[in-house]
Amino acid sequence: MNVPVWNPAIEFMEREALERVQLAGLRKTVAWALKTPFYRHRLAGIGLKHPEDIVDLRDLRSIPYTTKDDLREAYPSGLLAVEPERTVRLHTSSGTTGTPTVIYHSRQDLDCWTELVARCIVAAGATAHDVFQNMTGYGLFTGGLGLHYGAERVGMLVIPASSGNTSRQLQLMKNFRTTVVHATPSYLLHLHASLAEEGISLDQLGLRKAFIGAEPHSEQTRRKIEDLFRIDAYNSYGLSEMNGPGVAFECVHKTGLHLWEDAFILEIIDPRTLQSLPEGETGEIVMTTLQRQATPLLRYRTRDLSHLVGGNCPCGRTHRRLARIKGRSDDMLIVNGVNVFPSQIEDVLMKVPEVGTNYLIQLEKRGSLDRLVVKAEICAKLFTGDPRTLDDLCERIGELLRSAVLVKPTVELHEPGSLPVSEGKAKRVVDLRPAF
Amino acid sequence: MAEQVSVFIENKPGRLNAITDVLREHRIDIRAMTIADHRDYGVAKLLVSDPRTAHRALIERGFAAALKPVLAVVIEDRPGGLHELLEILAEHQINVLDAYGFVGEPHRWAVWCMEVVDLAEAVRLVAARGLRVLDGDELYRL
Repeated sequence: MNVPVWNPAIEFMEREALERVQLAGLRKTVAWALKTPFYRHRLAGIGLKHPEDIVDLRDLRSIPYTTKDDLREAYPSGLLAVEPERTVRLHTSSGTTGTPTVIYHSRQDLDCWTELVARCIVAAGATAHDVFQNMTGYGLFTGGLGLHYGAERVGMLVIPASSGNTSRQLQLMKNFRTTVVHATPSYLLHLHASLAEEGISLDQLGLRKAFIGAEPHSEQTRRKIEDLFRIDAYNSYGLSEMNGPGVAFECVHKTGLHLWEDAFILEIIDPRTLQSLPEGETGEIVMTTLQRQATPLLRYRTRDLSHLVGGNCPCGRTHRRLARIKGRSDDMLIVNGVNVFPSQIEDVLMKVPEVGTNYLIQLEKRGSLDRLVVKAEICAKLFTGDPRTLDDLCERIGELLRSAVLVKPTVELHEPGSLPVSEGKAKRVVDLRPAF
Repeated sequence: MAEQVSVFIENKPGRLNAITDVLREHRIDIRAMTIADHRDYGVAKLLVSDPRTAHRALIERGFAAALKPVLAVVIEDRPGGLHELLEILAEHQINVLDAYGFVGEPHRWAVWCMEVVDLAEAVRLVAARGLRVLDGDELYRL
C-alpha cells in the first residue's frame, strides 16, 4: 500500500535514530531554557546548569514538571528564551484565573510548527489538489493560523473561513467545491443539520475529508460525522502550549494519533502520584518541546488524559500513537472547542456588585452545539425594582464573560438564596451534555 | 407620594404564591398587581395597603424587593376617562414607563398608576388640570 507521507526521512525513522534526535533536541532545549529567568531559577534548584549535563534521555526525569500556573507566573516574558527582536508572533490563551499565558515563536519556530502541521495533513491523505476550508477561529486561538500555514505549505487551496457563520460556510463549500475542512466535531454536526435550511444537498458539495479537533469526542461521534457527510474524519490533537494543532494526528488508518516525537518528548503520568505510567495505562499527557527556541517548555503538564497505543501502525510510521483524549485531570471545561475554567467565570461574577454570592455554571447541548448557561443570584440590596436595569445587568454580565472566556453565555438571574449555597467545595458546574 | 413594592421573581411555579403568602401572613391587602415578564424572571409590582411593612416582610423572607414612588391619579370610570389624563402627559412629552389601573367604584371612578421619568413634573401638570393625585395614605386607605 502506498502511504501518503510528507517527510519520510523523519516519519519512518528508526526508533534508535529518533531517540538520538530527541536527545540532541533536549540538550538544545535545556540550553534555550537556561536563557529564561524562569528555568534558570528552576533548573538551578536541581543543579542543572549546562546542557551537557544531559547525557541520556532518562535525565529528563530529574527535571521538575512545568504547569499552567508556572506559565501564568512567568507571564509575560519570564519564559522568553530569545532576544525580543527575534520573535515574530505570539499566541496567548486565557489562564485559569484571568492571568493569560503566552507562547512566543521565532521565525524558525513557526517554520517547525508549519512543518508538523503539513505532516499531519498529508498523513490524513490530503494533497495539494485539495481545497481546504479552515472553519476554526483565526487569531489568538491557534487552531486557525496553525492549520492555515500547514495547508499552504502542502499546497492546498486554503479558504480561511474562520469559525461561525454557517450559511456562509456552506456557500463557500458549494461554490469552491471544498474537499477538506477543519472544524470541531460539534460544529460539523451543526453544519450538517443546517444543510436543509440552506437548501444545499450533500451532492452539491465535494467534501471528502474532515480534520476534527479542539474538543474531546468519541469514536461514535467520528462515525456519525463520517456517515452523515459520507467522508473520512481524522482526529487532531494539539494545545497552544505545544504550538497548537499539529502535535498529534491520525493517519489514514485511524488507529490513534501519531505524536511527532522529533518535536516533542511524550510522557504519560499518574496525575496524583506524578509517576510515569507504562504503555497502555491512562494518565496525564506530559510533553517537552524539542524544537521551540523562543518558548521552550520542559515536562509541561497538559492536564489532558490519554494512553499510548501499543504495537505498530500499518502505515509504518515509527512515531508512537496517542489514544483519543478521554478528558481532563483538572476542572477545565471545553465549550464548542474553547477552553473555559470555572474560576474565570467566578472572577467575572464576583466583580459585578449586583450579583449575589451564589452562581451555577450549566452546560447543555442545543442541537449539536454546546450552550453555556451562567445562573447568578441577584444581590437583594442592590435591586432597584426596575426590570430594565435587570436586562442591562444580564447583558453586561454576558459581555464581561464573553470577553473573559471567549464564549457567549446565556445569563440567567435568580432570586437571592435560590441556588446551591457554597459550602466548601460547592458543585458549581452542572454538565448536562450527554457523555461522549 | 404613593409607593409600590417591586419584587424580583424567577419565572417558575411556586414563586408568586410565595409573595402572596407573605402578604397574607402580615394581613396586607392588595389593591393592584402586575407582573413584567422578562423570560426567565419577572418583576411583580404590588400596590398594597401597607407597602413599608410588605417591603420589610418580603426582604425578611429572602426576596429582592424595592419601594418605588408611583403616580396614582383618580380618573372617571367612563369612556375617555383615561384618555384625558394621558393627553396631558402626551402634550408635555412625558413618557410612561409602566402603568396599570384598578376600578374604585364601577362607572364612577378608577385609579391609574404610572411610573414616569420625571415624577414631580408629572404630578404638577396633572394636578394643575384639576385631576386628583393620591398621596400614599389616601391610596392605602382605599
